[in-house]
Amino acid sequence: MNLTLKIWRQDGPKARGELVTYQVADISPDMSFLEMLDVLNERLNAEGKEPVAFDSDCREGICGMCGLMISGEAHGPEKTTTCQLHMRSFKDGETITIEPWRADAFPIIRDLVVDRSAFDRIIQAGGFISVNTGSAPDAEAILVPKPNADRAFVAAECIGCGACVAACPNASGMLFMGAKVTHLGELPQGQPERAMRVQAMVATHDGAGFGGCTNIGECSHACPKGIPLDVISTLNADLRKAKSGRF
Amino acid sequence: MTDTMLSTPDGVGADYYRIGAPVADTQAPAGPIAGKWTQRKFDASLVNPANRRKLSVIIVGTGLAGASAGATLGEAGYHVKSFCFQDTPRRAHSIAAQGGINAAKNYKEDGDSIYRLFYDTVKGGDYRSRETNVYRLAEVSANIIDQCVAQGVPFAREYGGLLDNRSFGGVQVSRTFYARGQTGQQLLIGAYQALERQIAAGTVEMFTRHEMLELIVEDGRARGIIARDLVTGEIETHLADAVVLASGGYGNVFFLSTNAMGSNVTANWRAHRKGAYFANPCYTQIHPTCIPVSGDHQSKLTLMSESLRNDGRIWVPKRKEDCEKDPRQIPEEDRDYYLERIYPAFGNLVPRDIASRQAKYMCDDGRGVGPMVGDFRRGVYLDFADAIARLGRPAVEAKYGNLFDMYARITGENPYETPMRIYPAVHYTMGGLWVDYDLSSNIPGLFVTGEANFSDHGANRLGASALMQGLADGYFVLPNTIRNYLAKGPYPKLDADSPAVAEARANVEERTQRLLAINGQRSVDSFHKELGHIMWEYCGMERTETGLMKAIDLIRSLRAEFWRNVRVLGSADTLNQSLEKAGRVADFLELGELMCIDALHRRESCGGHFRAESQTEDGEALRHDDQFLYVAAWEYAGGSGEGEMGNPVLHKEDLVYEAIELKQRSYK
Ligand SMILES: Cc1cc2nc3c(=O)[nH]c(=O)nc-3n(C[C@H](O)[C@H](O)[C@H](O)COP(=O)(O)OP(=O)(O)OC[C@H]3O[C@@H](n4cnc5c(N)ncnc54)[C@H](O)[C@@H]3O)c2cc1C
Ligand code: SF4
Ligand code: FES
Repeated sequence: MNLTLKIWRQDGPKARGELVTYQVADISPDMSFLEMLDVLNERLNAEGKEPVAFDSDCREGICGMCGLMISGEAHGPEKTTTCQLHMRSFKDGETITIEPWRADAFPIIRDLVVDRSAFDRIIQAGGFISVNTGSAPDAEAILVPKPNADRAFVAAECIGCGACVAACPNASGMLFMGAKVTHLGELPQGQPERAMRVQAMVATHDGAGFGGCTNIGECSHACPKGIPLDVISTLNADLRKAKSGRF
Repeated sequence: MTDTMLSTPDGVGADYYRIGAPVADTQAPAGPIAGKWTQRKFDASLVNPANRRKLSVIIVGTGLAGASAGATLGEAGYHVKSFCFQDTPRRAHSIAAQGGINAAKNYKEDGDSIYRLFYDTVKGGDYRSRETNVYRLAEVSANIIDQCVAQGVPFAREYGGLLDNRSFGGVQVSRTFYARGQTGQQLLIGAYQALERQIAAGTVEMFTRHEMLELIVEDGRARGIIARDLVTGEIETHLADAVVLASGGYGNVFFLSTNAMGSNVTANWRAHRKGAYFANPCYTQIHPTCIPVSGDHQSKLTLMSESLRNDGRIWVPKRKEDCEKDPRQIPEEDRDYYLERIYPAFGNLVPRDIASRQAKYMCDDGRGVGPMVGDFRRGVYLDFADAIARLGRPAVEAKYGNLFDMYARITGENPYETPMRIYPAVHYTMGGLWVDYDLSSNIPGLFVTGEANFSDHGANRLGASALMQGLADGYFVLPNTIRNYLAKGPYPKLDADSPAVAEARANVEERTQRLLAINGQRSVDSFHKELGHIMWEYCGMERTETGLMKAIDLIRSLRAEFWRNVRVLGSADTLNQSLEKAGRVADFLELGELMCIDALHRRESCGGHFRAESQTEDGEALRHDDQFLYVAAWEYAGGSGEGEMGNPVLHKEDLVYEAIELKQRSYK
């Protein structure tokens, strides 16, 4: 396949960026999207030009490190992560625009690499269960009904990639946060801190430059793990109950 | 410390290594095996809670081993500095583990026990692991599950609300806890959340996008690290009373592996160069069920869970002419279900190393399937047609649906209709820095945990036991043993401009400048790929004396070329991914040589290490307990510059089996 790529290049956090056009030839449909960028980078290096910086690690769709805006869609046209997208999803001769996640809360570091540490700060605020090592009761002492365990699991699948924020017109982090609130809130172990958790997380989220949620649903649509929109309902319900002291 | 010995019995060694003093003591307490850990915890000195704040620990790595240790030491009140090269601790490679985690809970009342888990692990490791450490691993395994459940890890459950277990990796009891195909992810998120909680509490300071590039050793003790801030390029000095390396495995020395792109040996290798012994570097696990290479562009390999071998049947065509045919057109009588043929008792469920090696033999014999990569077809069929006929498609879908989807996404083929193609890939490294019973390396103050150490899996690791080891080390073992070391601290304050610090910093700065200054013709990746080819060809599934000697020559000249001809563009004071890779590949180019030397010296077959010269009449691995019942702990012997290595020094730690009787494995 032959493709035209328009890639966001930006030397550093404060530098001005621009879209630069590159042609790539002889791309195999069996390549992953990131392998296609590897091929481009090898060529740039050979030409004495600096390679395009982008993040990836597991390349298996589980670590959440990768994430590109591909022709305007977070993680591209398929419901998967950027690293699991393959070139057979594109047409020969196509022009592909490749940009970093765009959100105030995710400042650009270089080229396609952004800083998502705001997500860690949200977890620091309350995305945990306070149990010190060694103080846990026997695992079978806590029974979890299967429906709760299953819903907790679905929410726990979030990989923290940030596509939900990138896809949201408000750059809101509600899906990410709702996933954690739901994961821990469905479990008996998560009850004692439930009210504190949701309030602290939301306060941190709002302070980090994420926007509010207006129920558009782009987040869930873009989410490679299919985190359902109803985790945001759970989050809102928890927040209401926490504020009115009804937990 | 070393007695030079001119040659090993076969005369090859003298050219490559020297023999040093044996490892005298592994520091395990005396007494019966079942009482040792309790004894050690009791004997270890206590640290007054008020003093803990004054004691600092650096932990490199936030995988299961590092995040669990960071959280636990933070909760205890020590001052922890935690490092990872990813943008957040939650992305460590542990996240990718699929299958599950073992624990001797015996919830299924199927006869499991601490002793049985201990026994299975030692046997699975082909009797090349240290009894005392493995026993303790089995002993603390049950606590891991309790801790994880309390944190909210959503393990699979039954309708009654109780935890579900499965049997994994060919063992006869159900002791594997799992969270769909994402066990590693869920366990790591649990540890990550515990770590973030300590970051919020101020006990843990987190340094993301930081890479450790040097160990600081002062007065014989590990006292800190030099790290590069990968965003600003700044070279930073971090000092502490102790350093823990939880930096993972080094499978990426093969270029292609199931490891994450960033997994590397640099933290371990830099410590090795400062005197830490590297143990059994050649023990590598090659996993049989991975998706085959599709072309030269391939950047990594994807593992598919071993559970597929429970229902899938593995075969290749009997005749080479059939290899290009549509497999569905090949009639039953023209197929060779080779595992079922050679190992009628275990069939497709033989251990990982055997399944992998047989697949290689079939492809070497010209009967591989799938596309030509180079001049070879590297793939065998894993066929579910019988399973679908027997169980129905919905049942197969329920069991393996997510794996089939993953396969379809990567290959573009529908595995419900055409048989899947699989090929072995490098997956795990059993070797690592040498540690004693307390997980301390031979450098006081330097501890090593998780895949980065060598201690628990001998020559072969059983499925679902790496996650167990990482969390056992981090939650339960290290916090108890490091306490004994810290109790003797705080150690004398080290000046930021003391000679040890200045030397380590200068090393890092010079190396960085040198990499950028070479400005040669070849990319870092091209060197990495070439090294990978050499390792795979000569130090992979089957190793021979002539092959290994050839590999050592090839690696030496490749390394020399690297330092002459690599091209790393950009500068040192920004995010520079080529520079990061260059440093890692430079270290792999040294490690590769040590792996080959280790493989060359071990003239026996054991676990993942198959020496063609040491096999039984019917082609099975043959151990030589009379000569090789020891851990090979290698000491770095220096060299005058980057990329130069002297002949390493071999220190043998004899393995003593008191609780378990040695046997040869047999799966026929
Ligand atoms: C695909 C796959 C599936 C697996 N499935 C299973 C399974 O089902 N069951 C099982 O038991 N095991 C499994 N394993 C093995 C297991 O996942 C690993 O052995 C284990 O998770 C390693 O954990 P760790 O904490 O030692 O290291 P890792 O998780 O690799 O973490 C290493 C950490 O060190 C950091 N680091 C490394 N070098 C530096 C440096 N120089 N500076 C700063 N930071 C550094 C990294 O940032 C990272 O945080 C699997 C492995 C793979 C590849
Ligand atoms: S909710 Fe989905 S899109 Fe958002 S961070 Fe989690 S996995 Fe990514
Ligand atoms: S690189 Fe890990 S999810 Fe894409």
